[in-house]
Amino acid sequence: MADIAQQDGVPAMAGGLAETMDRLRRSSEYVVIPLFALVVAGLIFSLFLFALGQSPAMFFSLLWKGGFGTGFSWQNTLVRAAPLILTALCVAIPARLGLVIIGGEGALVLGAFTGAVASIPLVNAGAPPFLVLGAMLVTSVATGAVWIGIVGALRHYRGINETIASLLMSYIAIAIMNFFVEGALRDPGNPNKPSTQPIGEANMIGEVPGLGVHWGLPVGIVVAILLWVLMNRTTFGFAARVTGGNVRAARAQGLPVGKLIVTACAIAGACAGLAGFFEVAAIQGKANASLAAGYGFTGILVAFLARQNPIAIVPVAIFLGGIAAAGGLIQRRMGMPDATVQVLQGLMFVVLLVSETLYGRLPFFRAKGDRR
Amino acid sequence: MNETDIGFWGVPLAMFAGAIRVSTPFLFVSLGECLTEKSGRINLGLEGTLVFGAMAGYAIAYLSGSPWLGVLAAGISGCFFGALHGCICKLPKVNDIAIGIAMMLFGTGLAFFFGKPFIQPQAPHLPSISLGGWSSLPQVQSALEINPLFFIGVLLAVVMWWAFKNTRWGLIVRMTGDSAAAARAMGYSVDLVRFLATTVGGFFAGVGGAFLSLYYPGAWSEGLSSGQGLMAVALVIFARWNPLACFGAALLFGAAGALGPALQSVGITQGYYFFNAAPYLLTLFIMIASVSPKRSLKGAPGELSITK
Amino acid sequence: MSSFLLSRRTLLKSAAIGSLGLTTGLLTQRPAFAEDLTIGIIYVGPRDDYGWNQAHAVAAKALAQVPGVKVVEEENVPETIAVAKTMESMVELDGAGLIFATSFGYYSPFMLDAAKKYPDVQFRHAAPLWKEGDPKNAGSYFGYLDQAHYVDGVAAGLSTKSNKLGFVAAKPISTVLSNINAFTLGAKSVNPNATVQVIFTGDWSMPVREAEATNALVDAGCDVITCHVDSPKTVIQTAEQRGVKSCGHNASQADLAPKGFITGAEYKWETIYKQFADTLSKGGTLPNFLAGGYDLDFVQNTPYGAGATPEAIKAADAAKADMKAKKPIYVGPLKDNKGNEVIPAGTSHPPYDPWIDQINFLVEGVTGSIT
Repeated sequence: MADIAQQDGVPAMAGGLAETMDRLRRSSEYVVIPLFALVVAGLIFSLFLFALGQSPAMFFSLLWKGGFGTGFSWQNTLVRAAPLILTALCVAIPARLGLVIIGGEGALVLGAFTGAVASIPLVNAGAPPFLVLGAMLVTSVATGAVWIGIVGALRHYRGINETIASLLMSYIAIAIMNFFVEGALRDPGNPNKPSTQPIGEANMIGEVPGLGVHWGLPVGIVVAILLWVLMNRTTFGFAARVTGGNVRAARAQGLPVGKLIVTACAIAGACAGLAGFFEVAAIQGKANASLAAGYGFTGILVAFLARQNPIAIVPVAIFLGGIAAAGGLIQRRMGMPDATVQVLQGLMFVVLLVSETLYGRLPFFRAKGDRR
Repeated sequence: MNETDIGFWGVPLAMFAGAIRVSTPFLFVSLGECLTEKSGRINLGLEGTLVFGAMAGYAIAYLSGSPWLGVLAAGISGCFFGALHGCICKLPKVNDIAIGIAMMLFGTGLAFFFGKPFIQPQAPHLPSISLGGWSSLPQVQSALEINPLFFIGVLLAVVMWWAFKNTRWGLIVRMTGDSAAAARAMGYSVDLVRFLATTVGGFFAGVGGAFLSLYYPGAWSEGLSSGQGLMAVALVIFARWNPLACFGAALLFGAAGALGPALQSVGITQGYYFFNAAPYLLTLFIMIASVSPKRSLKGAPGELSITK
Repeated sequence: MSSFLLSRRTLLKSAAIGSLGLTTGLLTQRPAFAEDLTIGIIYVGPRDDYGWNQAHAVAAKALAQVPGVKVVEEENVPETIAVAKTMESMVELDGAGLIFATSFGYYSPFMLDAAKKYPDVQFRHAAPLWKEGDPKNAGSYFGYLDQAHYVDGVAAGLSTKSNKLGFVAAKPISTVLSNINAFTLGAKSVNPNATVQVIFTGDWSMPVREAEATNALVDAGCDVITCHVDSPKTVIQTAEQRGVKSCGHNASQADLAPKGFITGAEYKWETIYKQFADTLSKGGTLPNFLAGGYDLDFVQNTPYGAGATPEAIKAADAAKADMKAKKPIYVGPLKDNKGNEVIPAGTSHPPYDPWIDQINFLVEGVTGSIT
């Protein structure tokens, strides 16, 4: 990625504007190729619909209407995007070190659960909302960080594959939550849906004024920007990227590879834990089995579509949130199964990954004089 | 009815029976994954292949009236997904793990999409072979009602184990997995070998799915797979890429899955969530106990991205 | 507390019955509807799951036949913000005037919030949760399936040979526990030697584990199996394969077990749905709380299968008549399966007593534990 910006194929006499244009042309590769891939995926999907006797035009117009066409659709979309930004960051940060973590779901669930548990004594003692929410926030984030941090530690110190370990730990996290929610920590006031004691209306985080979306969205965006800065503008980020490029080289340069891996994983887990915090504090108001809603798994998709770039995660999460938001409308208006949206997402995912192979191969985006 | 009351003996018996009943999909998927990984590629998408295979097998069995035709259809659809994975991963700069996750989403999505009309109908089941006639206990008789696919799986494990060691094909696959450069130097097409290994691996995973929908539990539904396809990938790692060990690991998983309900049936009810999570805990602990960063994994294909 | 709830509920129920009578009266006078009504129905799982969702979907289909009614449906909607947005979307984009939210976890906070946001739209939820102080345009409707499970239990108690009945349950929550208890009490009412063994799977839908649980119960000597999971297909099929009898749950599973099916506890949501649609089309007001069982035709039993013995059919028919006559299931003296007295002698809990919604024990005769 970095080599593109450093090539100097532009003649000096062309001046500042030409140079900027040229740089733009070359870096536009990262926008044009994914867009092209999305269009191709859309075309393939249209053929699929066409073959089934459904109207692609109607599908895409409903997709637009349900996801982005009205003010309400935008609310719907943004609310669904909020957790995805954070769970995608849980994938993207370790990915910079070459790790594929797919267990964000577990960190989210466990973070949400411990956060809800942390609130119980404070709520019962009548603590003010900022204290309750503060305690929940710290607990959720710390739990998430530890949970995925363990995955990183297992990877580095025991050589256990992080993809598998994080997935297994996801299942285990959900079992832990269910065990307590249906056992020792079950709220007797809710006999038909095993849940922890509610944090109470007064302690719920409200919506961003005028937006109709809870605070998880702006916080997610800010975290994404901060993590972009961390990964691209700091020594830590540089060291992480070196490690991701070549572990042996990183070791040879004396980088603390183990520490980097565990830290990156902990940051990732913290993001998922944060998502869990918002699920409890802004949406559910308690911990229960509904927390395992698949946000962690959709986050994987978002991260890969965004090519593990924290900033790009924001629009991609909104885009996928929009598709999910429109899914219901498509079910109701076209009578198509709910899985339609999943097929489209899977197709986009596959085509986008295939398009990775185009990078650096199209002459248009190359520096002048580069005839690779 | 005291003569059939076997009390606590029910637990080991249930685990034995569960090992046989529940292990077959694990066995097939892990053998498929084993073959793919031996050639130096990892296919995390077998979960999607398994789910699609379960749907396709059920649908074809229902429409044709023949469960074995369903198994074949499941295998062929698995081939298709495997081949797609194989084609895509051939392209430069494409990450096989990411493609696997994408294929998992795509495969399950397609299965749910096309599977809607088949949730209701009843497809014919695969027959089973009764081996328990010698026992007077109905529990033992039932435990020994064994599906032919189980034996096919066992046979396949043995054949693969033998073939990896003793045949030219086995050697080629292993060489491709250990060192692409060496395979190229010998004049073999690395891409072709991996493509074929992934395709055949997909076939096995599809058949594993058909077992779920056509034998045990024996119906197509969207919640049919609880991650068996993904677990099988983990299983290959701790089976050390040895097909015979895959069989053992699959049995262990099956037994662990039967533990929760079996313990409850004899009155041990505390913490059933953890007993139900036993397969996951077991895998994790076995991995922690057996993997070491100090020495490279014995039997691990050198080209595999997951072990690098 | 409980007596207050009781009086509140009795009041509501009589109001509901009143409005029902009113609407049927109006219906005969004026067959055409004043204006079209769009009804949104939200399911937590697939519509054709042989169980909970299917029971609602069958009713939705019947509802769609009512002239002037348009039904929009959405399936596989999780109990998260997604359901809040689905409800809003049905109102905003489809113009829904009545929404049926059919999964337990939809109620709080999602449906309550939506009801506050759209005061002109009616929201109804399929569990006995509405209480005074909740929005007036929200409400609950519920069929007391424990009555049909009681009938199941009666039929099972006279169809068993081993006197051991098996129950595959999802989670130890009150609705499930009351079904297990009713099944047990039904069986014991005709066969004092009958016991019921329970296995909890921990998930609403987990086919492999449900099959394992069924096998474990059969191995433990149970010769009649029933269940409370979202989709009973696996359990009934497995029981049939093992050559034991079975009782269904939620919807009809009779065709899955031609040899061993006894009967099954079924919801009859269409009674409620049609009644609501009629009321609204006439400009009437929907009840905030509507609960019923056999007496109001909200639940039923599947026609007897080959597994039911003649004396079981006779006794079960008598039990149905008892249920229609609102005979209480929970009669003292009653002990839980740990030996504690839960209902003293001489007292009883009538049907729809809120006490039933709070059940947190298994009655004597059940092998199994809720922790």
